Amino acid sequence: MSRTRNAVFGTIGVIGEVLITIGVLLFAFLVWQLWWTDVVGNRAQAQIVAELPFEPVPSPTPSGTLAAVPVIAPPRHDDPPVMDEPPHATTFATMQVPRWDGEPARPVSEGTDRAGVLDVLGIGHYKGTAMPGGVGNFAVAGHRTTYAKPFNRIAELKAGDPIVVRTTDNIWYVYRVTSTQIVEPSDIGVIAPVPGKPGETPTERMITLTTCHPMFSARQRYIVHGVLDYWAPTADGIPAELAGGAS
Amino acid sequence: MYGWLWRHLPGPVVVRVLILAVAAAAVLVVCFAWVFPAVAPHMPFNETTVGE
Repeated sequence: MSRTRNAVFGTIGVIGEVLITIGVLLFAFLVWQLWWTDVVGNRAQAQIVAELPFEPVPSPTPSGTLAAVPVIAPPRHDDPPVMDEPPHATTFATMQVPRWDGEPARPVSEGTDRAGVLDVLGIGHYKGTAMPGGVGNFAVAGHRTTYAKPFNRIAELKAGDPIVVRTTDNIWYVYRVTSTQIVEPSDIGVIAPVPGKPGETPTERMITLTTCHPMFSARQRYIVHGVLDYWAPTADGIPAELAGGAS
Repeated sequence: MYGWLWRHLPGPVVVRVLILAVAAAAVLVVCFAWVFPAVAPHMPFNETTVGE
């Protein structure tokens, strides 16, 4: 065999090894993106929720031999208190959806940039939209895949499903899903004070969830709209929706 | 490439395998901790917000 042929085969061998190495690294990236960001995110978000300065809800009163019954907060339908918008990346609430059985309460923080909020703090609140309970549109975004995927099961939501928000001002806000839709990423009207009608003056207390659609794609957005059903101070107990069964 | 690396590692086979295993683990740790988080924002998926 000539030196030239040796050199050619040697080069091909190196190129092959480089390609195999790139393949292994790409696979490692998938493992990191699809699994490891969930592991890290779930741990971090549980920690954030645990450290929120919530006042304790009334503890269940053991009644004789019967199982302890949680204290249910009476629904209030008067004008709810609405907190001021906090600084960027401040966690000010948690969100829990009983339909997503087994999912923990997720932190909700100010802002929707990925590096500062969505990738590290969970759910993000669109700046300038209403705060929980406010007249207008309390609009939030969250990952549907990866980074602990708080909105992973968004497609399971149906009209009437409760979405429970608990703020650091110690108020429960219970929203009900009214509609779901799939829109283009540029359709900013879905987070307008009156969804779909930018510029109109709101009269209702809405909530809007946005996430990616289809899963693992940035082609469209999955949107869930809801309206405030009732509110209650956390000192009065927990919403019936979180007590299990009732919804 | 890997043949060259293998020939230039010192010690008996066991030691060479151990060195390579540690090196591979180190590469993975560096990727998980720094490289992948830096690359991820440039990937064309995972956008969840509406707007520009």
